[in-house]
Amino acid sequence: MIEAIFEYQFLQRALLACLLASVTCGIIGVIIIEKKLVMMCGGIAHTSYGGVGLGFLLGFEPILGAFAFALLAALGVGYINRRGGGKSDVQSGLLWSLGMALGIVFISIMPGYPPNLGTYLFGNVLSVTGSEIVLTLSLTLVVLLVFIIFYNYWKAYLFDAEFAAVAGVKCALLEYLLLVLVAMAVVVLIRVVGIILILALLLAPAATAGLLSADLKKRMIISVALGWLYCFLGLWISYEADIASGAAIVMVSVLLYFLSAAAFLVRNRIGRKNGGA
Amino acid sequence: MSKTAVHIENLSVYYRHTKALSDICLDVVAGEYLGIIGPNGGGKTTLLKAMLGLVRPYSGRVEIFGGPPQKKRVQIGYVPQFSAVDRQFPITVFEVVLSGRIDPGLRPFHRYSQRDKKQAEELLGRVGLADIAGYQISELSGGQFQKMLIARALAREPRLLLLDEPTASVDAVSRQQIFDLLAELNRDMTIILVTHDLFAISSQIRRLACLSGRLVYHGEPELTDSVVQNLYGCPVDLIAHGVPHRVLREHGEDSDKDD
Repeated sequence: MIEAIFEYQFLQRALLACLLASVTCGIIGVIIIEKKLVMMCGGIAHTSYGGVGLGFLLGFEPILGAFAFALLAALGVGYINRRGGGKSDVQSGLLWSLGMALGIVFISIMPGYPPNLGTYLFGNVLSVTGSEIVLTLSLTLVVLLVFIIFYNYWKAYLFDAEFAAVAGVKCALLEYLLLVLVAMAVVVLIRVVGIILILALLLAPAATAGLLSADLKKRMIISVALGWLYCFLGLWISYEADIASGAAIVMVSVLLYFLSAAAFLVRNRIGRKNGGA
Repeated sequence: MSKTAVHIENLSVYYRHTKALSDICLDVVAGEYLGIIGPNGGGKTTLLKAMLGLVRPYSGRVEIFGGPPQKKRVQIGYVPQFSAVDRQFPITVFEVVLSGRIDPGLRPFHRYSQRDKKQAEELLGRVGLADIAGYQISELSGGQFQKMLIARALAREPRLLLLDEPTASVDAVSRQQIFDLLAELNRDMTIILVTHDLFAISSQIRRLACLSGRLVYHGEPELTDSVVQNLYGCPVDLIAHGVPHRVLREHGEDSDKDD
């Protein structure tokens, strides 16, 4: 595949999209695991399918529709969570299905031949266009910058939001901002692995990094590197074996996570035995 | 006349349809050391959160140093309940204490100053955690964790210190150290201490409030049988722990019981 990378622009774009996706995944993935927002994240991702459907129906770029729906879902869940107190997994679950249902309805009332939805549901990083790369790049930069600029605030908020609020930090603002970042991450990831497979790419690198480092910043950096590695391996397998790229990336990610987790389990057991003797 | 640190007037708080606090009136004078006891679900944590402006009163009002809690809470050092804090979060002891120095203004590229870092180090020394400043918090014992939370609260340079069960999951030695530290801190600041552990009430607490949805008793740290009966719904044998006087007046037959 290596020679092909230099030869074909679509491969270069695919690798660039993967790189950008792993940066977003690395940061957002670690946060959603620590903040236990996995369900909420899944809800936001799946709601975006409604936007894809609306885009096809009304004839605008589906990825923009996905962004709008993800954003609305993020803000909606955030608002309900603040007002209602907890239980956000229920609302996330409902939005999850509602978004998918809306997408199906929009597509079914659309006149003419139904479009190929596989690209959005399961991703197809090999068909990423130049304008999509621009969108992905800008969203990744926003996520990265917002995170770096307020790093110490994120850290205080993520560790103990209540204390940060008492210290005068505007936690409501940070919470909404975080959800908006999640929505952006979703859009970045749709083209790489698709709506349905997003969670695996968000969770697998971050969870593996969690095994390797107990430092928040290092965890994120490792997570970015692993995400990039998983994407690259997945893409390579997809290219050589001619299977869907999104599915290949997800399989590699999940498999490598479980292998690392198993390796750690074995290592800890051996360590304990040696330590105890 | 002394200044009022906390003024609570006819405060009621609801969680949806459940009344958590009912018609609380409480004044805490600056420099005081108030202990709040009561059964689980008695509203102790809710009362602290009302003082911090974290829960909205259904009726009545709360004033901290003569102003609304939301405005004055930057002067409060808060030690939350042990179980409310994520003990697995990837952060070091030093970083936790340092986070108490955070500038609330959401300043871009906010970094802690050398002064902030020095102060965090001093506070770690004061609570006896200087040696383990670089540890991950997941490695700490209960006592070390509570001391770290106290150091973080002190990093706010508070005038009022609110502690929610600071001796939960703490070994006996650390518990004594924490109470000694609080007594020392009380010279500079007002302290309000919540606990459901009746033994935690030491001789240092100067005033006691008993909370069971409503304020059952408020005054000298000496409980009578009827107060305890009201508070817990059953007689509880109260013997103060390592202190010169009993929390509860002697009651007859088992007056020789001591620890």
